Amino acid sequence: MAGTSIRTLSRVLTRGSSLASSTPALVSSRRQYSSHPPNARLNLPTDYSTTPLLAHSSQSALSNPELPPEARNGTTKRMNLFQAVNDALSIALAEDESVLIFGEDVAFGGVFRCTGKLAETYGGARVFNTPLTEQGIMGFAIGVAAEGMRPVAEIQFADYVYPAFDQLVNEAAKFRYRDGACGRSAGGLTVRMPCGGVGHGALYHSQSPESLFTHIPGLRVIMPRSPLQAKGLLLSAIRSNDPCVFMEPKILYRAAVEQVPTAAYTLPLSKAEVLKEGSNVTIVSYGQPLYKCMAALKQAEHDFGISVELIDLRTIYPWDKETVFQSVRKTGRCLVVHEAMINAGVGAEVAAAIQEDPETFIRLEAPVARVAGWSIHTPLLYEAFNAPDVARIYDNLKKVLEY
Amino acid sequence: MPGRSRTQRPDSKHVMFPGAVKSAFSYKMRFEQPSTYPALPTYRVVDQNGAVVDPDFVPDLSDEEVIKLYRDMLTMSIMDLIMFDAQRQGRLSFYMVSAGEEAVSVGTASALAKEDVVFCQYREQGVFKQRGFTLNDFMNQLFANQKDPGKGRNMPVHYGSRELNIHTISSPLATQLPQASGAAYALKIQRMQDPSIPPRVVAAYFGEGAASEGDFHAALNIAATRSCPVIFICRNNGYAISTPTLEQYRGDGIASRGLGYGIETIRVDGNDFWAVREAMKKARELALQDGGKPVLIEAMTYRVSHHSTSDDSFAYRAKVEVEDWKRRDNPIARLRKWMEAKGCWDENKEKEARESIRRDVLKAFSEAEREKKPPIRTMFEDVYEELTPDLRKQMKELKSQIERYPEEYDLGEFEGGKESLDK
Repeated sequence: MAGTSIRTLSRVLTRGSSLASSTPALVSSRRQYSSHPPNARLNLPTDYSTTPLLAHSSQSALSNPELPPEARNGTTKRMNLFQAVNDALSIALAEDESVLIFGEDVAFGGVFRCTGKLAETYGGARVFNTPLTEQGIMGFAIGVAAEGMRPVAEIQFADYVYPAFDQLVNEAAKFRYRDGACGRSAGGLTVRMPCGGVGHGALYHSQSPESLFTHIPGLRVIMPRSPLQAKGLLLSAIRSNDPCVFMEPKILYRAAVEQVPTAAYTLPLSKAEVLKEGSNVTIVSYGQPLYKCMAALKQAEHDFGISVELIDLRTIYPWDKETVFQSVRKTGRCLVVHEAMINAGVGAEVAAAIQEDPETFIRLEAPVARVAGWSIHTPLLYEAFNAPDVARIYDNLKKVLEY
Repeated sequence: MPGRSRTQRPDSKHVMFPGAVKSAFSYKMRFEQPSTYPALPTYRVVDQNGAVVDPDFVPDLSDEEVIKLYRDMLTMSIMDLIMFDAQRQGRLSFYMVSAGEEAVSVGTASALAKEDVVFCQYREQGVFKQRGFTLNDFMNQLFANQKDPGKGRNMPVHYGSRELNIHTISSPLATQLPQASGAAYALKIQRMQDPSIPPRVVAAYFGEGAASEGDFHAALNIAATRSCPVIFICRNNGYAISTPTLEQYRGDGIASRGLGYGIETIRVDGNDFWAVREAMKKARELALQDGGKPVLIEAMTYRVSHHSTSDDSFAYRAKVEVEDWKRRDNPIARLRKWMEAKGCWDENKEKEARESIRRDVLKAFSEAEREKKPPIRTMFEDVYEELTPDLRKQMKELKSQIERYPEEYDLGEFEGGKESLDK
């Protein structure tokens, strides 16, 4: 789908300034893409090295109560998100010979390095390149799954998943339902795709199309926030007997680094996680915006003397309503934050479910607010004004509190 | 990342581009004209009169085996007539006949092994029949009763059978093709991992219209690059609903495309049972060679019937065209002539066979029609491996709705009534 030049470009997308630094003659002033307004108090770059959302020590990683004992009693290793994905894939290949991994440029390690060394280690029959055809990759993967294997297909960018949409919606999602008592399914299928903004991905390297899949019964849609989460959730997705769409926020591939347990472990699907407890307002989010939410709520707690609860949905469909309802029944206020367009997005579903649940509705003190991308495409120069930022989340927290 | 690097001597007579390693340089600028290439030939064993035209042909089936396959074809044509009329009488919502294409489905299926995996489009009831689908199996699906493995979810003719290794039919065209490539790759890997598994191929059926879909291109290309043991069988019947082949494609049919993908290809006379079977036998052998590879068969036929019960084809083609085809050539009549010439079939046997098949079809029909429908809870099941909390809640909500508005819903036909929504 993407031409060669675009795909070459994509390799430097997550390396931030490498384009600029390798071609200084083309750049008059060496402005960093991650620069921020000089007097900004809220819209500061995310400091991944200090954020409480990442496990900076072995101890904090291993204290995660969702980990099985063998992982908790094991060791950890510092990994970024692409390394954690690679680790999960490697474990899956090693523990189950029915796992196959394929997609465009997967054999040499993938444009984001998620499949590095896997072909060398596990052989070209199980880890291989496909021709450039997203519909072909998806159809092929469904056929592999239909014969009882566990394919992990990669779509190089979520922006290019649309040719595969028919196969995902009409085939993968419906396979078990259509087959009925025959009992076959495409449940072994996991499709991975990098998604979301990176600062300069523009129209076709920035999209976050999760809500197109959350509308489809039969699919599980997952988006991890961190390396530790990515490893456990991806292993769950691969072992799951339902077809899973696993969306990886590509800005986190290199940016998010934490201690990750070295053992094989899974984290539960369709289970949200309360990342921080609070009593005055609930923020529901997933993926990269969680870091912005954390920054915004810290400032809001400081400025307004409140406490904010932060929930990571993790699995966006079928999603964990109970955890969200329980939180909102406690706080009475809710803000949903996501990067994708606001219209018919995940926020709409969460807000509707909250107001529809009588016991939660009665506890609402303010309308459920949404902070999301505007109802536009993802333009090159304007990402900072489009994706939810700390200031907008902060402002909406204020509005929800002041209502 | 490019593949192996290629070097080129300065005086080379051949291009050494990675994308075309055997191409000779030419100093004459010439655009290739498709029309200068002869059309690919159509392989035929038996002519319209039932006479053998391939001097090397030796039938590899006993009389009984041929008769069984002939009866499969006959059964489909008789069932088709009855079900088409049943739909017209409103006893069934939809039906699709395969008149004129019985030899393609029965002939190809007859050359497959039981363990082989099949993906159909929707006009291949002969494949199901040949592999052991019973008249009851057909009827249970057509009437979507509680014995239908599809649990009343699919339109009529969307058959499927795990036991017979035929995947359930899906309406979207050509989606089955890349799946067939993937399934074939899975079979190949499974045998690599466990050599005790017998060698298996995948057979994937589609029409010439479906070959316009991107999935067709994707499927052949990926099957070729991954060396998948899959046989693609195109039923080129001249029409995609109303669109004739002239408006579907230019170029030499579907077969010519196989060559473009680097796939071994044959075009056969789809009305010739023996040509179809012989080609399929060879195709299966080829598909299992060299560690596996795809093969393409283009079977030329004519869709004698309407596209479906929702279609009146005389709105876009002359009745006389259809009548001409029926008179000139018909796969069932052709095999019958061959059998009669061989002395294993005659008018009496034909009459007897037709009568008994008709009786059996009607018996299965009325049994299936009388069966209850599946419980309505099946509408919520199998979306996920397990019912989700949302789905349980929705089941409860539907039950409450039915209880509060009992006059508005008719559950009489459904096994277990509204109580099936409990649990």
